Amino acid sequence: MSTTTSVDLVDYDDAVARFDPVIGIEVHVELGTRTKMFDGAEQSFGEQPNTQITPVSLGLPGALPAVNGTAVEYAIRIGLALNCSIAESCRFARKNYFYPDVPKNFQTSQYDEPIAHDGWVDVELEDGTTFRVEIERAHMEEDAGKNTHVGGSTGRIHGAEYSLVDYNRAGVPLVEIVTRPITGAGERAPEVARAYVQTLRDLFRALGVSEARMERGNVRADVNVSLRPTPESALGTRTETKNVNSFRSVERAVRYEISRQAAVLDGGGTVVQETRHWHEDTGSTTSGRVKSDAEDYRYFPEPDLVPIVPDPAWVEEIRASLPELPAARRRRLQGEWGYADAEMRDVVNAGAVELIEATVAAGASPAAARKWWMGELARTAKQQEVELAELPITPAQIGALQQLVDSGRINDKLARQVLEGVLAGEGDPEQVVVARGLEVVSDDGPLLEAIDAALAAQPDIAEKIRGGNLGPVGAIIGAVMKATRGQADAGRVRELVLERVQG
Amino acid sequence: MSAATGADSPLTHMPASELSQRLGAREISSVEVTQAHLDRIAAVEPQVHAFLHVSADEALATAADVDARRGAGEELHPLAGVPIAVKDVVVTRGLPTTAGSRILEGWVPPYDATLVEKIKAAGLPILGKTNMDEFAMGSSTEHSGYGNTHNPWDLDRIPGGSGGGSAAAIAAYEAPLAIGTDTGGSIRQPAAVTGTVGVKPTYGSVSRYGLIALASSLDQAGPCTRSVMDAALLHELIGGHDPRDATSLTDPATGYVAAAKEGVSSDLRGMRVGVVRELQGEGYQPGVLARFEESLEALRNAGAEIVEVSCPHFTYALAAYYLILPAEASSNLAKFDGMRFGLRVEPSEGPVTAERVMAATRGQGFGDEVKRRIILGTYALSAGYYDAYYGSAQKVRTLIQRDFAAAFEQADVLVSPTAPTTAFKLGEKLDDPLAMYLNDVATIPANLAGVPGMSLPNGLSDDGLPVGFQILAPARQDARLYKVGAALEALLEFGWEGPLLRRAPELTGGVA
Repeated sequence: MSTTTSVDLVDYDDAVARFDPVIGIEVHVELGTRTKMFDGAEQSFGEQPNTQITPVSLGLPGALPAVNGTAVEYAIRIGLALNCSIAESCRFARKNYFYPDVPKNFQTSQYDEPIAHDGWVDVELEDGTTFRVEIERAHMEEDAGKNTHVGGSTGRIHGAEYSLVDYNRAGVPLVEIVTRPITGAGERAPEVARAYVQTLRDLFRALGVSEARMERGNVRADVNVSLRPTPESALGTRTETKNVNSFRSVERAVRYEISRQAAVLDGGGTVVQETRHWHEDTGSTTSGRVKSDAEDYRYFPEPDLVPIVPDPAWVEEIRASLPELPAARRRRLQGEWGYADAEMRDVVNAGAVELIEATVAAGASPAAARKWWMGELARTAKQQEVELAELPITPAQIGALQQLVDSGRINDKLARQVLEGVLAGEGDPEQVVVARGLEVVSDDGPLLEAIDAALAAQPDIAEKIRGGNLGPVGAIIGAVMKATRGQADAGRVRELVLERVQG
Repeated sequence: MSAATGADSPLTHMPASELSQRLGAREISSVEVTQAHLDRIAAVEPQVHAFLHVSADEALATAADVDARRGAGEELHPLAGVPIAVKDVVVTRGLPTTAGSRILEGWVPPYDATLVEKIKAAGLPILGKTNMDEFAMGSSTEHSGYGNTHNPWDLDRIPGGSGGGSAAAIAAYEAPLAIGTDTGGSIRQPAAVTGTVGVKPTYGSVSRYGLIALASSLDQAGPCTRSVMDAALLHELIGGHDPRDATSLTDPATGYVAAAKEGVSSDLRGMRVGVVRELQGEGYQPGVLARFEESLEALRNAGAEIVEVSCPHFTYALAAYYLILPAEASSNLAKFDGMRFGLRVEPSEGPVTAERVMAATRGQGFGDEVKRRIILGTYALSAGYYDAYYGSAQKVRTLIQRDFAAAFEQADVLVSPTAPTTAFKLGEKLDDPLAMYLNDVATIPANLAGVPGMSLPNGLSDDGLPVGFQILAPARQDARLYKVGAALEALLEFGWEGPLLRRAPELTGGVA
């Protein structure tokens, strides 16, 4: 029952010309541990509802939590990768509130003692500049179950006939990463927000702590936005837009809130401190609940758990075993591949780094790999409106295709037909070449026949060539290529034509 | 062995240690022993009402299985075949578990508490679940959602609480062994007023996994028995590390039986016994104090050195306890909301929303004492009050721990009367929560500090009712309780020419 009331918006460029936006982002990432945060229940996506549960997941009377050591290790990995300090000792607390998807009616979360704090991460923007985002803290907590409201028109609880709760997700380990207020981004605040979330997503994957699939809700962002007249002014009142779950939406939500808050302030109003809902379809936010002091979670230290005291030697071991992080890796690969800055940026923005890396590993030169992925394949992906990685072709197949070209078995023109065959699901390049009969004709016999036919068909051109004018040779070669459906090696055809007329 | 079944079978009056020996020697069968106790339960329950659920079929099945395995020459746990009763706050797979609350009426847990797993693995037939104050909140068992338990010494009096059911079952010879839980004295105070033995182990000695939590940082399960040796045997069975309880100690539960055996010789030379100045005097019944002095004299005669120690912050223990306990309880009891298990009440009018179902369920399902403590705890944790209440209480807790540490520099064990008075009359303190709370003044400090404590009977007061003697030891030194306790028990029983419980009036099977 979302009522559409018209909201005043200030044109974005106008808004950022007159106000200084400050943003803050909370990112939740579900850790890819085998079992839950405090519980031996397995956790994997897409199982039948309420099958991945134990007495602990359900908060049954008598059940007790026990901390998942792997989740703690993953949280430390994230903290270290974000240049945070790791707490010498930290505790869990109980956040008390009644809601059916929270089985114990409290969430076990770190409150005043996060496992990691005071860090930073450099975020690369589309033009290649970097922006440093300061991290306040990264803390561990458990996820809630999932509600499905049935019978209402919008899937929201309001107007629903009944609600179903799936506790498979209850107790899944989360790490929440909270930035300090991000200032100084100015008009680029929305882009910084998007790039920041994307940077974290890449980081989670590189660290191996989560599949970090946005569409599955593995990574969820809450974006805080406030405006102030100038960078020197005190911070304005912020709103928190919850559950913005794609990179594009993060950017749009920040942009929308800047325009909306500017209009509120222009009208002499005050921004209400509140949580807001993001609507993907309309690209807008609406008021959720007003945040006030009345919301009292009665936090207190979780008495069922003892403090976590990570052994400093263990932390150093984890630090030493951190994989190469995405930014460093990009710099290394750019050097190895010899790409220009602009080329590398395009590759990164297209999400093609891993694809090219794998293609090079499959035997293609970096230049050839880039040519395929950023050329023919990028065009195809754009036409089909999918990501490059979603195309039904693997880096190994591109590598094989390029090897066919390099060995002279096919030429560039044939290669494009082979590619088309692979994308159409006809198999590996080799299979497509055989099935479609696309191999370059290397036997001179059929070529000479075609050349003789072409010369005979165009006697005037044949005469000119015999007279020493090599200009029109191309016309003969073209005719031969056409006759052989492109399967001839043009260089060899040229040699044979000259031998024929001059010999 | 003759078929000694019947309401007054000697099998029901034997200590567990003797049953264990006779079962091991195959002089008696577990089925006989179990049936004798079931018969006794049938005979006296109308008067005592110690049980909320009797699991006769399951108990006999376990007994028959144990007999068969023993007959086949299988090596079994020493307590295999000895029946046991379990406080209803401990979850038992397949047996109804209510924690004395209407909000859990009819709930049958799908899993076993760790200590129940151990009991089952060792082959002890579970006779049933014992009555208690709702969610273990109380000192009289009058706050049970399912009616009072009566003290076998005087059916008009309370059996103590919260574990009045377990203590009364032991005192009435309905079970030789029982499990209790002690958050502020719920094992020790019922033991004192029923003339039985109760032990609260060191916090973390017995797994809390499967105990319906009252106050997580205070709760501890332990044995309820008729002798110190029996308590040692049961403690060794249920204790030990459990990875499912993060607060569980890694120490193995061993050495208690050996310590009790050592104590029976009543040689306490070199043992320093500290009398806590703050746990006697005003508010203590004269008969209670007289028995206490006599017990000290007995310990002195056994060679112990009696010293006086002061624990000045014990004065604040009750106040701190009644902030920490309700705070933790208010959160622990939040899960009882009608959404997943137990009672579910839909509001009689108006919309049926989750919030309104939760409110209606909790409003109807919880008793007054539970509501009182939830309100207290919610208040103590509220923003703006947290530091003044919960925060201050935690500081007091630290001071009490320091008092203990200092006292244990001067003494190996500390002693006091377990409870200030003998059993009071049913209904006497029901409308005066503060008077009720004062019953636990001597037992609460041990819970706040996590140290182990034992209560054993040390005589009758002027009113003819039993009195308890409390022994406290440093954390993880539970063995000392068994040594000193067994020594005192031997000395006292020598004087009494048998267990104190023999002086209790015989229950005749009539309706109370």
